[in-house]
Amino acid sequence: MFTPDRRHFLRTMALAGGAAAFSATLPAWARSGTAGLNAASDTLSGDDIKLSIGHTRFNVGGRAGHAIAINGSVPGPLIRLKEGQNVRLSVTNTLEEDTSIHWHGLLLPFQYDGVPGVSFPGIKPGATFVYEFPVRQSGTYWYHSHSGMQEALGHYGSIVIDPAGADRVAFDREHVIVLSDWSFLHPHKILTRLKQNGGNFNYQKQTLASQLAGKDQTAADRRAWGKMRMDPTDISDSTGAIYTYLVNGHGPAENWTGLFVPGEKLRLRIINAAAMTNFNVRIPGLAMTVVAADGVDVQPVEVDEFQIGVAETYDVVVRPLDDRAYGLIAEGIDRSGLVRATLAPRMGMIGPVPELRQRPLLSMKDMGMGAMDMGAMDMSGGMSGMDHGKMAGMAMSGEGMARNGNGKGMGAMKMLDPSVAPQVKMGPGVATLAPSPTDRTAERPTGLEDVPHRVLTYSQLRSLDPNPDPRNPSRQIDIHLTANMERYMWSFDGVKFSEGAEPLAFRYNERVRVNLINDTMMPHPIHIHGHFFEVVMGEKGNRPVKHTVNVLPGGKVSFDLTANALGDWAFHCHMLLHMHAGMFRVVTVRREEDMA
Amino acid sequence: MFAVALIAAPGNAQTMTMPMPQMAMPPSPKAPVKKPPVPARKPAPAASGEDPLVMNEQPSPVDAAAPQPHAGHGPPEGPAGPMPGMAMPNQPSAAPEEVIGSAPAPAPPSDHAADAIWGGAAQLPSRAELRRENGAFQGSMILFNLAEYQARKASDGYRWEGEGWFGGDINRLVIRAEGEGELRGPVEKAEFQALYGRAIDPWWNVVAGVRYDMRPNPQRAYAAFGVEGLAPYWFRTTATLFVSTKGEILARAEGFYDQRITQRLVLQPRAEVNFSSRSIPETRVGRGLTDIELGARLRYELRREFAPYVGVEWASKIGETGRFARQNGQRATDVNYVAGIRFWF
Repeated sequence: MFTPDRRHFLRTMALAGGAAAFSATLPAWARSGTAGLNAASDTLSGDDIKLSIGHTRFNVGGRAGHAIAINGSVPGPLIRLKEGQNVRLSVTNTLEEDTSIHWHGLLLPFQYDGVPGVSFPGIKPGATFVYEFPVRQSGTYWYHSHSGMQEALGHYGSIVIDPAGADRVAFDREHVIVLSDWSFLHPHKILTRLKQNGGNFNYQKQTLASQLAGKDQTAADRRAWGKMRMDPTDISDSTGAIYTYLVNGHGPAENWTGLFVPGEKLRLRIINAAAMTNFNVRIPGLAMTVVAADGVDVQPVEVDEFQIGVAETYDVVVRPLDDRAYGLIAEGIDRSGLVRATLAPRMGMIGPVPELRQRPLLSMKDMGMGAMDMGAMDMSGGMSGMDHGKMAGMAMSGEGMARNGNGKGMGAMKMLDPSVAPQVKMGPGVATLAPSPTDRTAERPTGLEDVPHRVLTYSQLRSLDPNPDPRNPSRQIDIHLTANMERYMWSFDGVKFSEGAEPLAFRYNERVRVNLINDTMMPHPIHIHGHFFEVVMGEKGNRPVKHTVNVLPGGKVSFDLTANALGDWAFHCHMLLHMHAGMFRVVTVRREEDMA
Repeated sequence: MFAVALIAAPGNAQTMTMPMPQMAMPPSPKAPVKKPPVPARKPAPAASGEDPLVMNEQPSPVDAAAPQPHAGHGPPEGPAGPMPGMAMPNQPSAAPEEVIGSAPAPAPPSDHAADAIWGGAAQLPSRAELRRENGAFQGSMILFNLAEYQARKASDGYRWEGEGWFGGDINRLVIRAEGEGELRGPVEKAEFQALYGRAIDPWWNVVAGVRYDMRPNPQRAYAAFGVEGLAPYWFRTTATLFVSTKGEILARAEGFYDQRITQRLVLQPRAEVNFSSRSIPETRVGRGLTDIELGARLRYELRREFAPYVGVEWASKIGETGRFARQNGQRATDVNYVAGIRFWF
């Protein structure tokens, strides 16, 4: 079908449309109209890979801005490796500032993990740093800068690692789908604006007009939330008001198009490389079978939509049967914007763009008053480590449920009762503590509660392979995700990393249960470097194995970690501005005898 | 292929025929697959774990079929593939047999792993940078909530009121400036405050510093103490106590609320009251409650940080202060129409 003549014709057509001028700077796999990964000629592979970090102009939506590119493109080149090989990655810095590359999700010696100040000193201007490590895994991963806010400026790319043997996922063609968010406002400026004015980029607040129209919260709820100084529309702090959402570097207008032949099984390797945006992903008209999460095979689950947290990856297989264009839709979870890409049998077809859906409102449950919900009460009962403080919180939130117009009985005090989290350092940076956080892994994520089709929940993910370490955890730790959204302060346990937070220490090969408790009203994709963990859900044995887990607002996620990678590692919220505001820790894994 | 036949895969599922002439890197079985099951690897560099966590251990073809309950079936069903609209039942977070031990946490080491590889001297600056980059915010904001023209009964005037902060999340230098005057006349009031501000809880800052009044004459200097912050129901509130070098004590409380009418149209009701501990005839300030101001300003946020507005303000000098004003031939109570620009950067 794709004879050279035809390809030439397509390229010419694209030029006529002005799209190729845009696409020309992109690697072939990311170019619009790509026939898929296997047809890409400039994918980087082999044992010796060279990358160069530099400035570029990035064009989207008819505007140009400054970007930081890898080998001249945003996103950077696809790096395609094979499990079992060794790889040398030489990264040259042509910027005037330090840079770095972190290989997100790769298991490697810590000194090649690429976090300046944790794993290595960073890459100085003009210098070349050589990363060298064996490739021990397969699947879909990505890479990005861990220096300053370069990641938000385009410094990211994708990694596909083919298994050493035959792939266990059946597909005829594959496309890499790198989702990201681009802003013409510099990320430091975005951070400053948010520090100046917490809800600065939210243009979907509740208004008098919406109240008069009978929309959103009732007057009583508005009063109750106002009393607590909480905004139920604060779903994303950096929104579509400043972001153009991208698929493989293409905005909605550029309409990235991936080709297929009807009847083929398409494997889409979907990577959320956004700085600040969790996406809801769907392809109206096509069911998606999730076959891998964070690069690791899972038992297939068929869904119509899923939410992908920042830094997560999902591999899905779709099988378009009709000779038509499908829209691949990634919508910001606050519904402030979306990007549409197209899957089509040939170029020139355009997938339909659905309307942005109604922006959701946060609920009491998102404040960690989960016990309002009967179902959640049961779940709380099953939570290990449930202490009396939390039980008291549950009783309290029952009171909150019975709130009346005068708002008495659910004051701000109850959202900030230090006894529910004694380890949290109280202060200006902690505005709320979830009185009764619940395990929300079996719930649909924010905003997808009521959509009339199948939505992936974490609890549906089951690892294809048995979990590697069957031991029970020898201990557990709680980590609170804390914030003051109004001051735009973010931290773990109320302590910003900059305040001299101690490292989280693990004994080598120790198995530990880590309980993440989200005291904020935003989801936080929490990522640990150098390790995978099993998210504690359902029966032991085939729990999903991930490197990043999105903790829903007011929710709690537990994971079991086998600390089998010696060295110091980063551990942080992958919302770049949250990390930059302090939601970051060093995790250290040492042999017992090496502990100081 | 043989393992996970995803979508009703017939026997040809593993052929993966690509209808393209150029297959740069096909992951097809035809690609040369190096057979040695454990490829020769360079030994991992120092400090890597000895036991690589084998994530996707490639099972032999025999094993491959075992853990895949849906092999050969059509669309997945059962627990892994829920029916449309059917919520998954909540699963208990931990099965009963999962006993979690109570081993003590190890003490955090005081050294840094990377120092052993790259040297402490190389790591030190990057570690300092890492600390700065993850939480040590420094910035500023300068906001003029009022910068307006005032249409008055007597002669028209102008007014400004701004506040700036410089610093981090907790400790800040706070500068306040406010004043007013008549278009055809001298500046009537010009006041500056330089304060140290400290965040003390999620919503409130305390401030302490100095205030200097350039106008009216005679000029005055004060020590200033106060609080500012966000009260329940989103009221921006400021309360400050001033002690002059002559021992006079003044107090001021002000607050406003931003009522969003639409996403960009905002009504800001605003109130301010002032007190004085004694009568200060030279600056025409009376004892007790000196003045009250109530205003409402309707702004349109062209951008969040740039919003033209119109409004109305009722301002009344009370008691002795009112008498001072009338003695000066001024009106004690006035309704002013205002137009201005609220801006910040």
